Amino acid sequence: MRLPLLLDTTEDIATPEGVELRLPVAGLAPRSLAWLIDALIKSVGLIAVSVAIQFAGDFGVGLMLISTFLLLWFYNVLFEVFYNGATPGKRAVGLRVTNANGTPVGWTGSLIRNLIRFVDALPGCYAFGCLAVLTSHRFQRLGDMAAATIVVFEPKTAFQRAARTVDPIPVRIPLTLEEQQAIVSYGERAVGLNEQRAEELAAILKPVFPDATRNQLRGYAAWLAGGERRA
Amino acid sequence: MKQDDFEARYRVTWNRFETWLRVLRGGNDTTPGERADAAKLGVDYPRVYRQVCHHLALARARRYSTGLQQRLNQLALDGHQYLYRERRPVWTAIGRFFIAGFPAAFRRRWRFMLASAALFVVPGVAMAIAIQVQPELLFSLIEPHQVSSMESMYDPDRDVLGRERDSASDFQMFGFYIYNNITIGFQTYAGGLLFGLGSVFYLVFNGLFIGAVASHLTGIGYVETFWTFVAGHSSLELTAIVIFGGVGLMLGYSAIAPGRKRRWHAIRDEAVASMPLVYGATAMLIGAAFVEAYWSSTTWPPPWVKYGVGIAGWAALSLYFAVFGRHES
Repeated sequence: MRLPLLLDTTEDIATPEGVELRLPVAGLAPRSLAWLIDALIKSVGLIAVSVAIQFAGDFGVGLMLISTFLLLWFYNVLFEVFYNGATPGKRAVGLRVTNANGTPVGWTGSLIRNLIRFVDALPGCYAFGCLAVLTSHRFQRLGDMAAATIVVFEPKTAFQRAARTVDPIPVRIPLTLEEQQAIVSYGERAVGLNEQRAEELAAILKPVFPDATRNQLRGYAAWLAGGERRA
Repeated sequence: MKQDDFEARYRVTWNRFETWLRVLRGGNDTTPGERADAAKLGVDYPRVYRQVCHHLALARARRYSTGLQQRLNQLALDGHQYLYRERRPVWTAIGRFFIAGFPAAFRRRWRFMLASAALFVVPGVAMAIAIQVQPELLFSLIEPHQVSSMESMYDPDRDVLGRERDSASDFQMFGFYIYNNITIGFQTYAGGLLFGLGSVFYLVFNGLFIGAVASHLTGIGYVETFWTFVAGHSSLELTAIVIFGGVGLMLGYSAIAPGRKRRWHAIRDEAVASMPLVYGATAMLIGAAFVEAYWSSTTWPPPWVKYGVGIAGWAALSLYFAVFGRHES
């Protein structure tokens, strides 16, 4: 549907192949959650290292300092470069980092955004970073803007499969393309909704289809998408 | 064409493409048959990818369902990510970088490097002179207990320089220098984003601090212990801090004066341009940490050897930045 969605949070990326790819950009809340999970993982890592070195003397202290350094500055970089742009925290929330043009983030981009993280964390509690995320139009923190990266939702598998398991019911009223598309999309979504909600949504169409129920609309959807026969 | 016919016709292509992407990602959810098929698709990949893009465009133009559009969008996106990933032979690139790229980048931005060096050295020298005239000034900058611990580290009556240590504690100090110095370097760089202020702060503060300590220890007669300790790693460490400051100033300057670009575009371009210098300066600090931990603390070489190594370090580094990679710039 290409309605002018002013409040939409998707980012369109032009490709050389002539289609625009759509990426849903992630806002402050999911990103904070991912950050929190990563912070917990890092703290556990630091505690584990400092317990282990109790038995390793001065050499262990050296090792601990180096691993602390690596953990603090390179945890994000290494995961983002080698793990599809996602730290474990981001993976858990379903986020990943990509370049603003949709390509995977590389060393340069990842390093820039994670070095600038120091400024995002100023003057405390990531104040600059949060402010930037809230005010920038693609939810970027300062590091993201300097590195031209964005944080997007890892898209969920589309709810498309089981849509056409009902018998098509012919639609006798002329419908515009948008209206047809709304009904077809409903047919796909109805499978994943609980019954009450599905009926509730179907009831919106009562003025047009007096007999609008969940199954009736799914039948219409099957007919609009596929025609006379069952796919 | 009705959506169902469209799907029926191309479903095989999409499924193959999807399998192929899954095999690429290297998950263990693929069967040998799928992997064999993926190997065949490998040659055809750009064509199939373009086909999927075309299908996505068709699906949108014909207003097929959101679910189908989403699936095609996802396929095209994953294909796009793979096709346009960064790929470079890493090791040759690293070699070329240190032979040519790094010093060339340094010279290309010599104005920022000079500014950074001035912000670092001028306050340092001023502080050093001031403390020779008015020794109490030291305590305006450094806590008394810090001063006394510095003094004990370089006390000529001790037989170890720096801190007391054996080889395990050499490694401990190596870890400490890595952690402490590179963190300061990174912060000096990143702070530049705040219109250069962060970099200026770190440069001036570190300049003042180092100038004060050097002047104080020289003033109270710990000349040989202090200067033989710092001589070896001074070239690498101080130059690296100046470079970190310089790239920070680059960021800051692009934020203040973006020129004809939009501000964030200018910053982004400078950030990318500054990365080679960040890599290089980081490598220098790792080298400096190594020298500081394993060479600077030794007491067996006579002072003239240590001063000689220090001077040789400065000479080699000057030569490196002046001559290497000429043809690149």
